[in-house]
Parts: sequence; structure tokens; C-alpha cells
Amino acid sequence: MRIEKRLHDSQLMVYLSPLLALLLTLISGALLFALLGRPPLGSLYTFFIAPISDLYGLSELAVKVTPLLLCAIGLTLCFKAKIWNIGAEGQFVFGALIGGAVTLQLAESEGFWVLPVIIASGALAGMAWAAIAALLLTRFNANEILTTIMLNYIAVNLLLWAVHGPLKDPDGLNFPESALFASQTLLPVLFEDYRVSIAIFIALFMLVVIWVVLTRTLLGFQLRVMGENHNAARFAGFNSKKLIWLLLCFSGAMAGVAAISETNGPVGQLIPTLSLGYGYAAIIVVFMGRMHPLGILLASCLLGLTYLGGEMAQIDQGLPKSITGLFQGMLLFYLLACDLLISYRVVPNSRSVKPSAITQ
Amino acid sequence: MDIGLIENILFAMVRTGTPLLLVALGAMMSERSGVLNLGQEGMILVGAACGFIAAYAGGSLGLGVLAAVAAGIFVSLIFAFIALTLISNQVATGLALTIFGTGLSAFLGAAYVGQTVTGFAPIAIPFLSDIPLIGQALFAQDLLVYLSFILFAAVFVVMRYTRLGLIIRAVGENPEVAHALGYKVMVVRYCAVMFGGAMAGLAGAYLSLAYTPMWSEGIAAGRGWIALALVVFASWRTERILFGAWLFGFASILHLLLQGYGYEISPNLLAMLPYVITIIVLVMMMYRQKNQGLFAPRSLGQPYHPLK
Repeated sequence: MRIEKRLHDSQLMVYLSPLLALLLTLISGALLFALLGRPPLGSLYTFFIAPISDLYGLSELAVKVTPLLLCAIGLTLCFKAKIWNIGAEGQFVFGALIGGAVTLQLAESEGFWVLPVIIASGALAGMAWAAIAALLLTRFNANEILTTIMLNYIAVNLLLWAVHGPLKDPDGLNFPESALFASQTLLPVLFEDYRVSIAIFIALFMLVVIWVVLTRTLLGFQLRVMGENHNAARFAGFNSKKLIWLLLCFSGAMAGVAAISETNGPVGQLIPTLSLGYGYAAIIVVFMGRMHPLGILLASCLLGLTYLGGEMAQIDQGLPKSITGLFQGMLLFYLLACDLLISYRVVPNSRSVKPSAITQ
Repeated sequence: MDIGLIENILFAMVRTGTPLLLVALGAMMSERSGVLNLGQEGMILVGAACGFIAAYAGGSLGLGVLAAVAAGIFVSLIFAFIALTLISNQVATGLALTIFGTGLSAFLGAAYVGQTVTGFAPIAIPFLSDIPLIGQALFAQDLLVYLSFILFAAVFVVMRYTRLGLIIRAVGENPEVAHALGYKVMVVRYCAVMFGGAMAGLAGAYLSLAYTPMWSEGIAAGRGWIALALVVFASWRTERILFGAWLFGFASILHLLLQGYGYEISPNLLAMLPYVITIIVLVMMMYRQKNQGLFAPRSLGQPYHPLK
């Protein structure tokens, strides 16, 4: 067997590849469970189906989808333009930190403006954090992969500093945690007894917004051109620096809103381990979702499910919760491997050397 | 400042710089052959977890180091297969390796959090370790630090004086020409990536068996990424990597110095220093690039397929 370049990229494989990757991940997962001495199919059921087999489970999935989708919405635009923003995690954490500080300030305040102010503060903070990378990239040409990663570590340490110091709950038992947020500063939940909040509507609304931007606006066209050919974009007179600023700031703002959806939602305070790697998982969402709005919605459901599945595997099977990361990593590996089939096809070795085929 | 303090600082600097040196040497080798492997962080973590588990279960530090190196090579092979044989985007594949390695190491190591082993102890070399100022830093370290010196010298000699070094560079500069000259581009790249995996695994073993002899989730703490920046900082030159690694080691222990002088700064804020310095160094390098060029291997990160 060998591989041979296709004349044209296969559109079918573009959409089949994520499904193939999921299938391979499930097979590997079954093997892994068998290796650990667990029933393979039963464990897969526990991981992928049991968590969403009732209404509460589905609402919990929506809780996980919210931050993932928000982060992925911003990253989609960046990645389309080939700006490798790996910093959603840091933008999330910094957004949570500032949003949390504002929330604690507003603990006594009442009024319709409280929540919008909190959400805006998170968005602005995320935006500011991304703007650092934009500045370093446009002004100094510093590789955005490395700067955004470094900013992730810096943001996490800032959060640790805050919950060990200035934002630590004075009435707490000396735990590195902030005070619990006041109830009027929390995002309203959609249904009583369920944790899913109105933030899911913000996420879905922004999803429609980027859909329109990508397909119906000059901006969407510009960033697609920039992603495909940097020089063409320059010759066409697009201001790539402006675009970099815009995309990184938008992406940071989305990560900041994602942070508020967690801190002022199910978490309800600042804790050291706020983000469960949503910023990194969102990268997988964007690739799995083929950078298409509908695709990233489906992919964020799948990635959200890996979080629920990990929790379920821990409760039900006594497996470490970090099995979530293992599944996420496998998913991306398999996806990248399957993407070979978009531009190449696998042919048996014998085919190309058949003389009869040439003479006919 | 008394001489004892300087000696202590230099000693800690070399210790802290060692994992960076190991990873950066491996990453440089793989980048010199034209492969950008952003999965260093993941490979360190898998190496650290496997090394600790093997040393804990097998009761032997040597076994731990071997397991760490083997694990590093194994995960680097996954990367090589997808990125080289299956011609994927190297940036995305490297990220995948980091995500996968972070998950795998946390999963494997979960049962070992909080356990300890007796780590590598310093071995002072007689006479040499008595040299004032640098004696302690260079000749009173543990075995893995000495190994890092040897590996540095080996990489230096290979890259500068041997035919093998020339071949690796040729493959990284222009794989088509190297292929036309009869060199096996794929084999060279596979080997370079595996060397990177072995070095990252070794760095992992250093972290979990010598530096802090224990396993904790995310023990690499961004060292894989700092090492990647270090390679840029060093302009892909071996001798500058040594200098850079120790410089970063020094930056990471600045807080000891500040504490020595009685400054009270939150440890969490000080922990940000290496990352801040990495950004500053990157900016400085890119500024210099405008005048002198960046010396990156020309085909770095470009997919190559001989049957294209």
C-alpha cells in the first residue's frame, strides 16, 4: 500500500474524517477499558451514553457545551485566518479573574445593570489578555503560539496569586478560594433544579453571528483569503495587522464570556482549578467541527461529553477523571491522521505498475 | 554578596536549567531536520510519569530513566507517524501530542500522586568540585546532570564536525535536494524526532526522579514550551542552547535571590517570571531578526512527501 495525491481534495472526506476519528477513538477506548480489566462495551456506555440518558444529563451537557462553544467560536475565526491562538485558556482564566473581582465588588449591588457589567468585564479582560499577544505579533512579529501559551501560564499564576491573596474569602477556612458570589450576580438558570444558564443563549447567538460573518461579509472573505494565502491578502490590500487585532480581541472576548458562564454559573466563586482545560479542548472542537459553525456546535457536544464521561467513569468505575484528557488527545490524533484522506488516497502497490492498463 | 551565595545560585541555576537543556537539544535536532514538534511538553510529562512509576514499582532509578526514555520515544513515534508518514499539519499534530501527553500522564500517574522515591543524589567529583565558584555547580551534581553535559557535547560534535550533522542539516534546509542526493529524508526525520522524544523523556525523568523526586500532574509546568522558545533564542545553535538553558535556569531561581535579600513577594507572582522572560526574549529575538535573519531551517514545519 502507498499513498497518492488526489487530483482534487475530497469534500466527502472533509466530513467523514471526524466521524472516522470518533469511531477509531471508540475502538481504542474499548481496547483501553479491556486492558484495564473493565467490560469494554459497558464502560463505553458509561462514558458516552449514560451521562446523557436523562434530562438532567442533557442539561449538564449544555453546561459543559457553553464555555467550550464560546471559546471555540473565537478560535474558529482565528484558525480560519491561520492565527494560531492557543491562548483561549489564559484568556478564559484572566476573564474569570477580573470578572470575579468585579462580581465580588458588586456583592451588595442590585439592579438590571449588574449582570451586563459583569459579563462585559469578563469579555474586556479576556480581550485585554489576547491583545497582549496581538501587540507582540503585530509590533514585534513574536510567534503567537509561544506567546499565547506563555500568557496561559502567567494567567493561571495570577489567578493562584489572587485566590491566595487579595481575593481570598476572609471568612473562609483559609482555603485558596474567593467568597461565594452573591445570588443576584449569578447568571439566571433556565429551569429550576437544572444548572444550565442563559449563557448558552449567548453562545448560540454568537454562533449565528460568526456564521453570518463568515458567509455574508467582506470580513469573513478577508480572513478566509488571509488563511489561504498571506501574500494574496496583502496584494488585495487587506490590512492584515488590523485583522490580527480584531480576531485575537474577539477570540479573547469570547473566552472571557466563557469564563463568566462558569464562574457566575455552576462554579459560583473563584477557585484555583477554574478551567478544566476548556481553552485547550476548544482547539479540538474547532478542528473536529471543520471550522464550520454547525460543526463546532456538534463537536462541542462531543467534547463536552468527554468531561461528563470522565466524571461518570470516576464515580462508576473508579477510574481517574483524567481519562477525559486521554480521550480528547486520542480524538485529535485520529482526526489529524484521518485528514490524510482529504488530499491523498491509499492505493494498493500493484495498481500503478500494471502495463496492461497503460496500453489500453 | 559573599562567595557562598554565588556558588549556591550557580548550583541551583545548573540544576534548574538541566531539563530545559535536555529538551531544547532534542527539539533543536528535530527542527534542524525540518520537523517542528510542538509536543515537547506532552513528551516530558509522559516521560516523567512513566519514569516515576517504573522507578517506584521496580525500585530502581536506572529502570525509571530507561522507562522514561522509552516512553518519550514511543509517544514521539506517534507524532512522527501522523506528521511525517500521514503528512499532517505539524503545528496541529504537536498540539495534539501535548494534549494527549498531558492526559495520558495524568491518567497513568493518578495512583502515584503523593508517593515519593529516593531520587538521584548529588555525587561530588573529588578535587574538581573544590574549584571555587564553579566547582559546586559543575562537579557536585547528580548523575543526570552529568549526563546532560555529555549529551550536550555529543550533539555539539555531531552537529558541527560530522557528516551525520551535515546530512541532518541538508534534510532540514532542502529535503528535495537531500532526497535527490540519495539521503533518506524520512529516515533522518524519524530518527531526529525520536531523538527529541528520548531527550524529552529524559528531561521528564530528571523532573520526577531528581529535581523533585515525586509525580504530580503537570509537573513539566511549561518547560517544553520554554525549551521551544529557547531553540529560537539560540538560533538553532548548540552552544547557545547551553547558555540559554542556564540563563533560563537562573531566571527561574531569581526568587531565591530575592528571598535571600529579604524581599517578600508572593511565590505565585514569582512563578510567572520564567514565562514573562520567555516572552521578552522572543520579542528581543524577533527584533534582532529584522537585521540579521532568524537562521531557522528553511523547510521547518513544511510537510514533505517524496511521492508528491
